[in-house]
Amino acid sequence: MDDRIRADRVTRFIQTLNQAVELGLTVTETTDRSLTLCLPYSDRIIGNPVTGVIHGGAITTLMDTTSGSLMLCALDVFELCPTLDLRVDYMRPAEPHKPVYARAEIHRLTRNIIFTRCEAYQDHGETVANCVGTFMRIGPQALPQAYREKITGGPV
Amino acid sequence: MTDLETLKYTRETGDFSRLIASIPYANFIGLECDQFGDDLIFRLPAKDQNLGNPVLPAIHGGVIGGFMELSAAIYLMLAQETVRMPRIVNFSLDYLRAGLDREIYAECRLTRQGNRVANVMITAWQKSRSKPISTARAHFLLED
Repeated sequence: MDDRIRADRVTRFIQTLNQAVELGLTVTETTDRSLTLCLPYSDRIIGNPVTGVIHGGAITTLMDTTSGSLMLCALDVFELCPTLDLRVDYMRPAEPHKPVYARAEIHRLTRNIIFTRCEAYQDHGETVANCVGTFMRIGPQALPQAYREKITGGPV
Repeated sequence: MTDLETLKYTRETGDFSRLIASIPYANFIGLECDQFGDDLIFRLPAKDQNLGNPVLPAIHGGVIGGFMELSAAIYLMLAQETVRMPRIVNFSLDYLRAGLDREIYAECRLTRQGNRVANVMITAWQKSRSKPISTARAHFLLED
């Protein structure tokens, strides 16, 4: 699987997640161990109307989606892995009118659990938030065949 | 997060509509809040745009997190004697059950209020309060 296939899979996957579509999440970069998604700035997700800073919840969704979609890059067979827990540390408010990126990495992959690390940042490179997550592997058979093929682009 | 006049109005009337209307993200996910005596119950009515997993279908985990985080901030704003705006420091979230495509409820508890930092516990449930879909805790920094 090359990065082009990975990016296509992740794009098709996040397009099936209503909230990711609503936020306008897009794929920025994929490798076999990492994934970067982009959250565009929008007035609709502002948490502080005085400063225009977006709400932490939108960043949580960005980081949960990025960490949870990472499995599409790291595993050849598509598995949907439910989130067990997330721990988010907010380093600084995201600067308004600029996109926020989240780059997630596999920290460790076991038979049952996937440990992830994720960093949210902006163009000038400063960290907005860090997120540590764990995801449960429930196996590919937990998903209908038709849905898996829709994401992988054919029988896998 | 919001202006003092709105906060004062909310405190005096128990009507959360103005406060919620002043926060775009609250409208984005559809957060609502009801007051019963001193207790606040936060609600997130079912909404197609909040879904993640399309197979179940289930509410996006990030939306559940955002809902709980925002509930904790509003709860804390109203729990303060003086008007201080909470700023979130960190947030730890356990997902216990899938959030199905129906209304979510949340309640908050102030675990510890220090001079500058507050610790809030949040529990979210759907069908039964005794079967939470998620529990979380958050630290907030309080600034004058």
